[in-house]
Amino acid sequence: MPVEPRRQAMMYERPRFLPGGDRALFIELGDTIDPELNRRVRRLLLTIQEAALPGLVEVVPAYRSLLVYYEPRQIRRRELRARLDDLIHESLTAELARPKVTEIPVAYGGEYGPDLGAVADHNRLSPEEVVRLHTGATYLIYMMGFIPGFAYLGGMSPRIATPRLPTPRTAIPAGSVGIAGSQTGIYPAESPAGWQVIGRTPVELFHPRRQPPALLQMGDYVRFVPVSDEEFHVIKKKVGQGTYKMEETPVTQEDESGGL
Amino acid sequence: MEVFEVVRPGFFTTIQDKGRYGYQQYGVPVSGAMDSYAHVLSNLLLGNDDGKACLEITLLGPCLQVLRDTAVALTGADLSPTLNDCPLPMWEGVEVSSGDTISFGSQRKGCRSYLSVVGGIDVSPVMGSRSTYVRSRLGGLDGRPLQAGDRLHSSDSRGNLPLKRLPPQCIPLYSTEHRLRVVLGPQDDYFTEKGIQTFLGSQYVISAQADRMGCRLEGPSVEHKAGADIISDGIPPGAVQVPGDGLPIIMLADRQTTGGYVKIAAVITIDLPELAQAELGEIVRFSAVTEDEAYRLATEYEQSIDRLRQRGR
Repeated sequence: MPVEPRRQAMMYERPRFLPGGDRALFIELGDTIDPELNRRVRRLLLTIQEAALPGLVEVVPAYRSLLVYYEPRQIRRRELRARLDDLIHESLTAELARPKVTEIPVAYGGEYGPDLGAVADHNRLSPEEVVRLHTGATYLIYMMGFIPGFAYLGGMSPRIATPRLPTPRTAIPAGSVGIAGSQTGIYPAESPAGWQVIGRTPVELFHPRRQPPALLQMGDYVRFVPVSDEEFHVIKKKVGQGTYKMEETPVTQEDESGGL
Repeated sequence: MEVFEVVRPGFFTTIQDKGRYGYQQYGVPVSGAMDSYAHVLSNLLLGNDDGKACLEITLLGPCLQVLRDTAVALTGADLSPTLNDCPLPMWEGVEVSSGDTISFGSQRKGCRSYLSVVGGIDVSPVMGSRSTYVRSRLGGLDGRPLQAGDRLHSSDSRGNLPLKRLPPQCIPLYSTEHRLRVVLGPQDDYFTEKGIQTFLGSQYVISAQADRMGCRLEGPSVEHKAGADIISDGIPPGAVQVPGDGLPIIMLADRQTTGGYVKIAAVITIDLPELAQAELGEIVRFSAVTEDEAYRLATEYEQSIDRLRQRGR
């Protein structure tokens, strides 16, 4: 049996099955945002995917739950539930791949990050300190979702937390790196947003013809690396030509604890 | 092979199939035909496999020039379709010839029409689907609605024999009052008893904020116990989110994959076509069914589609 998770209390003793209409059901493992609980989600995701259940359409993992889509004609709901119960048990011993840390180059401030100054002012820091804090952390990718290629990241320093803009911008460019409350994230595509934009990355977070289409993956980590305006353009050109190689390193214990 | 030239694109005409599955874990919405029933029927009427792509036509239809002899089938909303200025019959296969013009007039009933062609509309699939997801410019024709001058292709294979005649009871009568059956949950326990009663006992009205992503309703506010936020999780089709203002939003084909608003219930998928055809100002009422009942209804529906498919074989 695996080592018992440290913060058992945040997980339900028994996972909850919750209805999701007539073609999907939720498995909820706990009710908090926690790395260990999130690992349980990934273990179960892996176990379900490997089991290749007949009638299973797809699984949408999230912070603390999984939404299982199924084809009612191919598998009875009660049978699916029984199979999932077995898989939940099996998943406790599932081995996850060693996570990796992906370095995301970011040009901070100026035209790339129009709100860097506002984030600094709000937190009584200098813009340089905001960049140092933002690049000093290692962020866990808890889940992907919301829009194609968007990663829900955890681990931002509370010292740079900043409320959303009072009025959202109608469009921010693809690659914008922003802060909303205590969250940080990267916009994979041009989109309206109320986030405080502090920088921009030239790398492509999502490409429909790539397999998998998203650059980032749940369970891995992200580190932001500051680059100059000049480097931004060099990287952007390489990305366009398909010759840019992402920096990826295996995760260390320090990374897993947040790196700060 | 080229099959249509777009003379006028209409208000919002997109290529849709059954949707893009398997990529929600990367944040990619399912998309696909809003009225899955009309979509499947338009294919079966031509002997197409039911996953073939067709045109989803919204409110104001396009004008298409036919570029080769083939057959089409039009289902869903009645948007006054014509073939060379004569009424184009709906819910049946119709032979068309090169040089013909398919056009549309005023909206009579429903919002979305589905035009299928023998072999299906052919574009290069993106992540396993031809469905258009306009917000991220994915699938379909460069991820956008049709434009004047577009030339559409079809595959030339007819998989099966076409359905000769559709039993009349298979043609929906779109009403202006919509009873939607829901399965309560996953977060019905986030609402007060009064809130659940309001949700199930009140009349709601379709607001102007209704599109392929979701349909916002107006009416009595549904009371939360404490707040409308949850730790973000997946959003099943038909999920009814209730944000802080207490007004339900039904999440549809282009819904985001995950979200952080509480979901009081999910509309059963066989009732979503009804909503796809519902117009601004029309009335919606919810009624609860059990999970077992929803399961039975879903399988009965699939069996009825199977029977229609068998007729075509």
